[in-house]
Amino acid sequence: MRLVLPNPGLDLRIPNHEDLDRIEKEEAGGRQKWDNKAQYILTCVGFCIGLGNVWRFPYLCQSHGGGAFLIPYLILLVLEGMPLLLLEFAMGQRLRKGSVGVWRSINPYLTGIGIASMLVSFLVALYYNTLIAWILWYLFNSFQSPLPWAQCPLNDNGTGFIPECEQSSTVDYFFYRVTLNTTASIEDSGGIHWPIVVCLLAAWTVVAICCIRGISSTGKAVYVTAILPYVVLGIFLVRGLTLKGSWTGIKFLFTPDVNELIEPTTWLDAGAQVFYAFGLAWGGLISFSSYNPVHNNCVQDAVILSVVTALTSVYAAVVTYTIIGFRATEKYENCISGNIMTLINAFDLPENNVTTSNYEAMLGHLNNTYPDVIPRLDIRTCDMHKLLSEGVEGTGLAFIVFTEAITNMPGSPIWSVLFFLMLFCLGLSTLFGNIEGVVVPLKDLKVFPKNWPHEALTGITCVVAFIICLLFAQRSGFYWVTVFDSFAGSVPLLTVGLFEMIAVVYIYGVDRLNADIKFMVGYKPSIFWQVMWRVVSPLIVFIILVFYLVTQAQSQLRYLVWDPNSEEFPSLVSSLYPTWINAVIFLLAGVPSIATPVYALCRLVYVRLMTSYVIIINSSAVKAQITV
Amino acid sequence: MWKNTFFLFFILSACAEELCKPDASNGYKVRLSLKTALGDDAYTWNKNEMFLFQSTLAFAMRTSHTGQSYEISNIVVCNETDRVSFWFVVTSPGNPTELVENYIVEEAIRKSRHRINSAFLLTDKTLEFVGILPTLATPVSYDTPPWLIVFGVLMGIIVAGIIVLLASSIVKRKRKTRRTDEEEADEETRVKTMDNGVYNMSFSVEDKLTQM
Repeated sequence: MRLVLPNPGLDLRIPNHEDLDRIEKEEAGGRQKWDNKAQYILTCVGFCIGLGNVWRFPYLCQSHGGGAFLIPYLILLVLEGMPLLLLEFAMGQRLRKGSVGVWRSINPYLTGIGIASMLVSFLVALYYNTLIAWILWYLFNSFQSPLPWAQCPLNDNGTGFIPECEQSSTVDYFFYRVTLNTTASIEDSGGIHWPIVVCLLAAWTVVAICCIRGISSTGKAVYVTAILPYVVLGIFLVRGLTLKGSWTGIKFLFTPDVNELIEPTTWLDAGAQVFYAFGLAWGGLISFSSYNPVHNNCVQDAVILSVVTALTSVYAAVVTYTIIGFRATEKYENCISGNIMTLINAFDLPENNVTTSNYEAMLGHLNNTYPDVIPRLDIRTCDMHKLLSEGVEGTGLAFIVFTEAITNMPGSPIWSVLFFLMLFCLGLSTLFGNIEGVVVPLKDLKVFPKNWPHEALTGITCVVAFIICLLFAQRSGFYWVTVFDSFAGSVPLLTVGLFEMIAVVYIYGVDRLNADIKFMVGYKPSIFWQVMWRVVSPLIVFIILVFYLVTQAQSQLRYLVWDPNSEEFPSLVSSLYPTWINAVIFLLAGVPSIATPVYALCRLVYVRLMTSYVIIINSSAVKAQITV
Repeated sequence: MWKNTFFLFFILSACAEELCKPDASNGYKVRLSLKTALGDDAYTWNKNEMFLFQSTLAFAMRTSHTGQSYEISNIVVCNETDRVSFWFVVTSPGNPTELVENYIVEEAIRKSRHRINSAFLLTDKTLEFVGILPTLATPVSYDTPPWLIVFGVLMGIIVAGIIVLLASSIVKRKRKTRRTDEEEADEETRVKTMDNGVYNMSFSVEDKLTQM
């Protein structure tokens, strides 16, 4: 099956193999290159390993059947992640351009794919850096003992704590009130909360200084930002395993529930996670591999990166769940101790009569002897399973669950500093790829004058992004981040990935790609890659996209709100979005998704108009010549 | 006579016992959690410890309610349980049948809470006076928030770094343009000194500087 759409003029737009070798020898073009292979691999690893590996994958793993979730995850990693990864690496290395340049070289009508990638990278960079700003705030606040989220502030007359803190918890209060000063709905903007502005400034200046010279500066920065998370995870693994209750957490994580494998949502979530985890369709990977030498072995790189990402995800999940297990055990024991104290106070029993081992028996005995007293007491139900599953995803994991666990560890400030430093490095290394995926396309699209240096472009991008990020510095910023997280980084990436595969396989041609890889690496990719590229991977991405759209369209748009005045407080309340959120969602998800076809259409119309204009001019010129 | 004094003493103690009862209007319940606080080092609660409690409380009353000299007999204890909890009331030193108002007792305990706790090696949580909320310790606060300091250090380093990087790239670019200018100038002179393909050695480069 050699289905390839006609693509005239391709050979004029791209350098052929001899040109590539010549360019390589002459080192012409002034294009940057990696100092060594390690820098390249570290940058790609840093880009792929991000905050999602710490706070999304462990949650998915645990909620979709524990150890059994690894099966769909690994299968889809091989079927969907690796082929797309090799595709992006090969195209970047072959065509030696950023994302816009690559798609424009393949066919000028496909430039829309590059533009869509750029838009998605920019929108994701905005809210991602806000998360990093929050992480920086916690990092700055970790240099004190006791940690500020370990204590509640007192109320006015000093006899008790502030009710909002009393009813929820110290960590909840610190996150929602002190850090963010959240309002009760997304419509209530509440003004700017200046500590977040300060942290956003810090975050964007760090990004600016690291990206200011392109890969020559990020290449140095990744030595720290890509390696430090592994070191810190190792330290936390050792610390976590020595804590009480860690094995409960690990067992909870990996207990396989094979019935989950039959659920389609498990496979969908696994597929989506693989897609986002690899940073596919953001344009950053194409850009990074374009700085490689022409004969770099990109096939090997794709396999290495896939293996590293999978292993890191599992590693991070283990560490996360040791800490979650520790926290759940602490809370459970506190709950039981509280109940024991209530019992012995109510019945004036000696202290050692009721212990954790005979608690259940004594409770039953007392319930039988005094059936009317027990219900009036404040006996709380202590559910270990509930404690293990609460708040273990997203920002809740880092800022609530982990911070609470850290306050219970001896030497809390050190652990807090290490943890937030690790999160900071994880987020920063992903942002390098994002900024690369924004600045290089801007350069290719000639948005700025040609003689402006790279530093100026990066600087302007960071300043503009900082100003737009002030949207998240409002008191309702938390809800805005959730909107961006749900919509900016989901559907557009899937559509761009699908278009990428169709473009390369059916417009550029798989035969040409095979020949390119043979030229660059020395051997043609095996039948496995052929089948994946042509059929399996596009199909999987298409199915995930369709299912995602269908489920989104069917469900009402709701979001969770922190409302101290509601009855369900301290649980988050589920409220409906206002109607104007649909316009926002269209901007975030719709515009990048339709950028590709819209650009192609506009270009078609423009070309038709220009050609008919030229024909008219020519015919009138010919007429003028004839008459003369 | 002995009989009378004995009878009076009996009446007095009976009255005192009547003054102190659970849910007494001016009395308080005390709860000690020795094993929770001290674990294996916990002492057993006995009459001596109770004596210490009464004397500590008498001390607290004396300190707070100035002018009145409270004695140990003014602290009446009853209803001891194995939990270790008991009720107590405070009688007025002038009139042993009259109870001291609870707000006076509460103020006395609040003032000397730390001393009472220390006498028993306990804390606010493990030595409970039911109904008297302990004044909570104010959370630690700093004049300059520590986070501002860390932020200042970080921003200082970054701004210095940005300035250094920008300055070095500007210097590099100036050096490159100067070098290309020099190369162009050298080529120019080389072209000028060639005459029919032969270099004119007598033409020296310094003449370039004297040109108008």
